Amino acid sequence: MLIPCRQIGLAALLAAGLLYGGTASARDLTVVSWGGTYQDAQKKVYFEPFTAATKIPLTDESWDGGIGVLRAKVEAGNAPWDVVQVESEELALGCEEGLFQKLDYTRIGGKAAYLPAAVSPCGVGAIVYDFVLGYDRDKLHEAPKGWADFFDTKRFPGKRALRQGPKTTLEIALIADGVAPAEVYKVLGTEAGIARAFRKLDTIKNDLVWWKAGAQPPQLLASGEVAMTSVYNGRIDAANRNDHKNFGVVWNGALYTIDSWVILKGSPNTDQAYKFLAFAGAAENQAKLPQYIAYGVPNRRANALIAPEYLAGLPTNPVNLRTATEISDSFWLENLDRLTERFNKWAAK
Amino acid sequence: MASVAAGDPPPGRELIGGDRDNAVPSLKRRLRRVERARQLRHAALILPLLLFLGFTFLVPIGTMLWHSVDDPDVARVLPRSVAALKGWNGQALPDEAAFAALAADLDQAARDQTTPAAAKRLNYDVNGFRSLLMNTARHLEAAPAAAGEAKATLLDIDPRWGDLESWGAIHRAAGPLTGFYLLAALDLHRTADGHIVGTPAEQAVYVEVLLRTLAIGFIVTALCLLLGFPTAYVLAALPARQSNLLMIFVLLPFWTSLLVRICAWIVLLQGNGLVNGLLQWLGLVEQPLRLIFNRTGVYIAMTHVLLPFMILPLYSSMKAISPATMRAAASLGAPPWRVFAQIYLPQTLPGIGAGSLLVFILCIGYYITPALVGGGGDQMISYFIAFFTNETVNWGMAAALGTVLLTVTTLLALAYARLVGERQTSGGIK
Repeated sequence: MLIPCRQIGLAALLAAGLLYGGTASARDLTVVSWGGTYQDAQKKVYFEPFTAATKIPLTDESWDGGIGVLRAKVEAGNAPWDVVQVESEELALGCEEGLFQKLDYTRIGGKAAYLPAAVSPCGVGAIVYDFVLGYDRDKLHEAPKGWADFFDTKRFPGKRALRQGPKTTLEIALIADGVAPAEVYKVLGTEAGIARAFRKLDTIKNDLVWWKAGAQPPQLLASGEVAMTSVYNGRIDAANRNDHKNFGVVWNGALYTIDSWVILKGSPNTDQAYKFLAFAGAAENQAKLPQYIAYGVPNRRANALIAPEYLAGLPTNPVNLRTATEISDSFWLENLDRLTERFNKWAAK
Repeated sequence: MASVAAGDPPPGRELIGGDRDNAVPSLKRRLRRVERARQLRHAALILPLLLFLGFTFLVPIGTMLWHSVDDPDVARVLPRSVAALKGWNGQALPDEAAFAALAADLDQAARDQTTPAAAKRLNYDVNGFRSLLMNTARHLEAAPAAAGEAKATLLDIDPRWGDLESWGAIHRAAGPLTGFYLLAALDLHRTADGHIVGTPAEQAVYVEVLLRTLAIGFIVTALCLLLGFPTAYVLAALPARQSNLLMIFVLLPFWTSLLVRICAWIVLLQGNGLVNGLLQWLGLVEQPLRLIFNRTGVYIAMTHVLLPFMILPLYSSMKAISPATMRAAASLGAPPWRVFAQIYLPQTLPGIGAGSLLVFILCIGYYITPALVGGGGDQMISYFIAFFTNETVNWGMAAALGTVLLTVTTLLALAYARLVGERQTSGGIK
């Protein structure tokens, strides 16, 4: 999330785009994802086996997100990318603007094969990841049960960390205040609901620390600066696996979001793109991803094929999914500016 | 222009005029030619720098200023509605023609898939406009409004089309220029009937943020001066070998990545960090102090980051002070404090001025330091510029906040130049 990285990434993308532009006519199927350890895992699970199985050559690139990047590529015509993994907000915006092809689900296994939340007209879910309550098992004498415990500083002394800004913070406050997860955005859509969320946050205002980058929450837990934090579930998993921490996750009241595969409008490799989506959407292939990285996979039959030790820590484990709420993009697309202003006004009070 | 032209010798009489002024007529002209060639050569030498500055400084700033008033989206997507609302006074709902124009615009926009651009822009003004416009477009696509029924159909789809402010938002966003973003950056907005009123109190954040930014700037500058002045004095007074060694310690932070330094402060200042550990071990405090993720953390980290920018100008101005002036004052009977206050201090003023201005202007543009070591209520204006640029891609608002920051900085720099200019102690800026 640090800006310099993003800008460097963009500049690199632009440069790559310019270099690529000249040879864009007859090119291999190009799949674009988010880089890092995640894309390394995708290479092993999807990209390389796909080429091995279908003999269709595949080039993978990475990007840093941003609807403007996709807009520029599609509007310029002759887009250098075919399949792109987008975040839910880009999916909603790009679908409205007609940047993506409407998907023919009969070619990728049918809508019923995927979790309902992962099915959208322009994109099919690739991974599911959660905002969960994380804590250090070695430091808390009792395991918290949900966001209500997060706000209970008497029973669970110590500071708390949340992501700076209103997004996810207000949802968490309402769930802690007893709003049913399914009702959160209905309540948040009213003035009274917003006031209620801020009133709940008032109760622990002096104990709150705000994190900005996804890498911070595990550090805050490890240093003992906070007793509990909101955190991406994958970060907790990585800290436990790689740094031998004993962090715990509370799945109750988790907030989830889905990244999706889209096919860019004007892609010259649409047929191959559909073959790739069918391959990456198949349960037996998706089931291999969680052993590399703790993201949930949206094919409904995948869970049965995942080893129990991995399944327990996945957002798509039915037990974990039951109490989870999807972060609403339509709500935040409309309200993020205003609620960010209100959040900062509140924080400075 | 006219008077200048009248003063020039008329064509053809140049030589005669030259004759009268100079004994050797061609010499003056030759000198002038040489002079002109020299000037051209100089211009050619600085031309690359001028071009560089133009592209990297003037063009981006110009673009930013332009973005803060540019408003093309709604006029592009909803041209008929904008035309129908021309001259609307905002006192009563517009007539059927305006509703019909909007329905026709939305029909066209749905085919061009341009509705989101207008919806996004209008949502800046009236929260909820995004879903209002997108839903209305979707409904109209399924069941177009019959001729003469546009008003009834739209009001039926969403009662918000009966709000004056919904139409006011379209009217205000007619473009091509707008004051919307600049007003919003000052916590103001325009109502449907044209009055400028304050933003509701729970949302009016930017004036406060601007004042906070300036306050942090002043305090950090003062802290840097307080810590930097004695340090620079010692550096200037010591023999070269020792002062060079100490100078390395001053410059060391310059050579370390900003992020590394900030992370180091987090490690030092956190609840069970080194500083709190030491204080507790010494028995000075019982509970760990909150030194980070609040204003204290911002002051400490920013002062540390900016201190070299204060010490270096101070050092160079102190190094230039001749010790003879102080000895002279002392030999005339001035006590040490008076030598310092009346002889030494005034001679360091250019350094104080340059250092303070440098630190202050760098400080109020800081983004990453307060973002990482500050709390929710310690964010400076750059945080919001980054938020609007990267997160919600509201470039109008980002540019307007940038314009406000640029204006304030320019005014302060001018005020400073005037202040020190009058006292003949300019610290590098006039």
